[in-house]
Amino acid sequence: MIGTAARSPGGVPGAAPARLPHEIRAAYAIWLRELTRFVSERARIAGALGQPLIYLAIMGTGFGATFRSAAVPRGFSYLQFMYPGVLGMTVLFTAMFSAISIIWDREFGFLKEILVAPVARASIVAGKVAGGATVATLQGVLLLLLAPLVGVHLGAAQVAGIALAMLLVAASLTSLGLVIASRMATMEGFQVVMNFLVLPLWLLSGAFFPLRGLPLWMTVLTRIDPLTYAVDALRGMVYGASPLARALVVHPYRLNIGIIVLFLAVMLTAAIATFRSRED
Amino acid sequence: MQPAIIDVRDLAKRFGPIEAVRGVTFAVAAGEIFGFLGPNGAGKTTTIKMLATLLRPTAGRASLAGYDVVARPADVRRSMGIVFQDPSLDNRLTAEQNLRFHAMLYGVPGSEIEPRLAEVLAMVELSDRRRALVATYSGGMKRRLEIARGLLHRPRVLFLDEPTLGLDLQTRNHIWEYVVGLRRREGVTVFMTTHYIEESEHCDRIAIIDGGRIVALDTPEALRRQVGGDVITITSPDPQLLAREIGARFGGGAVARASDGQVIVEQERGAEFVPRVAAAFPSLVTAVTVKRPTLDDVFLKLTGHAIREESASAADQLRTMARAWGRR
Repeated sequence: MIGTAARSPGGVPGAAPARLPHEIRAAYAIWLRELTRFVSERARIAGALGQPLIYLAIMGTGFGATFRSAAVPRGFSYLQFMYPGVLGMTVLFTAMFSAISIIWDREFGFLKEILVAPVARASIVAGKVAGGATVATLQGVLLLLLAPLVGVHLGAAQVAGIALAMLLVAASLTSLGLVIASRMATMEGFQVVMNFLVLPLWLLSGAFFPLRGLPLWMTVLTRIDPLTYAVDALRGMVYGASPLARALVVHPYRLNIGIIVLFLAVMLTAAIATFRSRED
Repeated sequence: MQPAIIDVRDLAKRFGPIEAVRGVTFAVAAGEIFGFLGPNGAGKTTTIKMLATLLRPTAGRASLAGYDVVARPADVRRSMGIVFQDPSLDNRLTAEQNLRFHAMLYGVPGSEIEPRLAEVLAMVELSDRRRALVATYSGGMKRRLEIARGLLHRPRVLFLDEPTLGLDLQTRNHIWEYVVGLRRREGVTVFMTTHYIEESEHCDRIAIIDGGRIVALDTPEALRRQVGGDVITITSPDPQLLAREIGARFGGGAVARASDGQVIVEQERGAEFVPRVAAAFPSLVTAVTVKRPTLDDVFLKLTGHAIREESASAADQLRTMARAWGRR
C-alpha cells in the first residue's frame, strides 16, 4: 500500500508539493465561472441597470418635488442625495443575487461537482465571494456612467474610492448571502430572508433619507447596519468637497472602510465555517 | 491477484433512525468493473458517497488507492472521478467551459488541458458539440459529457452511480460500450451501481445489496450458478423415448412434458451438454434451446423478493429523508 501512496495517484501532478497554487487556481476557476455567466447573461445586466434607473427616475422625481430636509443645503436635488444610495442598493442586490446562485447550483446538481473536487472549502468560498464582489462592483461602476445625468461629476480618485468601497461591501454581502443560502433548501426560503433581512439592511442604510433627527431605536439600527457605512463612504466620495458632503457625510472615509473590512472579516469567516460544516 | 484499489471493512451509515448501510465488507481489484446491484434505497448511493468522501461513515473504514477516506479525503478525491445519479453539469456553460472548470479544480496542468479535452470529447463523440451550451444537449449526451469529465483528470477509479438511469436502451448500450472500452484502454477501475439486472452482466463481479447489506458477491456467472443449472428444452419426434434415453445415458432428471411434447433437462453446463445429446440421439432431436438462469432469479432466491417489486414511492421517501439529513 505504501507503494501506491507514494506514487502520484492517477498521474495527477502537484498532489503534495504545490497545494497553495492549486487552491488559488481552483478559486480562480470559480471566480471565472461567475464572470463568464454574468457576461453571457445580458438580461441580467440590463435588469440590474434598469432597476436603479427606475428608482432614480420615479422616486428621485417623485420625492424630489416634496423633499425638503434641513440637512440638505439649497441648490441640491433629491436625485443627487439619492444617487449614492442607489449605487449601494445596486451592489447590495447584485451581491445577494450572486450568493443565491448556489441554491440554483444545488438545484441543478452543479454544487456536487464543486463540493466533490479536491479543493478546500475556504477556496470555494473565496472564489464565490470574489466572483460576487467583482460582478457587483462591475454593475456599480456601470452606474457611475449615469453620474453626469444627475449632476454629479467625478474625478479619477473619487471613482477609485467608490470602486474600493463597493468591492469591499459587495464581498461582505456576498459572504453574508452565502451563509444564508447554504442553509436554504429552496428559493422560496430565500425570498423570506430577502424580505426580513435585505430590505431592512437597505432601508436603514440611509440610502433614501438622511440619518439625522431619527428616534433613538432607529438610530441604533442604522448604526448596526453595515450598509450604512458603505453608503456613507460612497456619499463622501460622490459629493467630494461640496457643501452637501459637510451636511450629510457622517464618518471619514477611512473609518467607514475600516468598519466594512471588519464586517467582511466576520462574514467571510462565517461563510467558510458554514461551508465546512456541510457534509455534502 | 492485483492489490485491492478499494478496500472496505464493516462500513456503516446511519441517518438518524434509518440504517442506510449496515456494515459492508468488500474489496475491488485494480482494473475491475465492479457492480452494486440492488433496488432503490438498498444503500448503493450511500456507500458510493462514503467512498467518495461525501459522507462520513458512522462505523467501519474504507480506503481508495491506498488512502483512507476519512483521514485523506483530498488524496482520495484526486484519485477518483464520479458521475452522479442526477446531472451535475452547468447547463448555462458550454461543454468546453464545463470541462475546463473541472480541469482547474482537479489541478490538471494548463498545457495538458487542451489535449486531454480533445481526447475525452473524442472518446464520447462530442467533439463537434464542444462549444454548444450544455442546455442544448440531450440526456444521453449530458451523461456522456459527464463520463468524459470524470476521466479528465485521469482518475484510478471511476464511480458511476446509475449511469444509465432514464436513458433509452440504445443510449444505455452505447454508454456500456464506452465503459467496457475504457477499462480496456485506460485500465481504470470502474465502480458502478445499477438496479437494471441486465446491465450488471457487464461487470466482472457483482455485489448484490439489499436493505443495507451485501447478500452475495461473485462473478455474474457464479451467481447464476447458485440458482442451479441451465434449462435445456429439446423438441423431439418422440419425447417419451428421448427422456428415457437421456436418463439412461447421462443420468439426472430429464422430463418429457406432455403438454407440448418437449423434453426439459436441467444441466450445470448447458452449452456443453447440447452437442453430446445431439450426437448421441441424432434422430430424436429436432431443435434445442438453452436458457441460462438470470440474475433476476438469483436476486429473488437470495432476498426473497424481486428487485423491481420494491415500491418506488417508499424508496423515494427514504432517499428524500436521507438527503434532508445530509444537508443539516
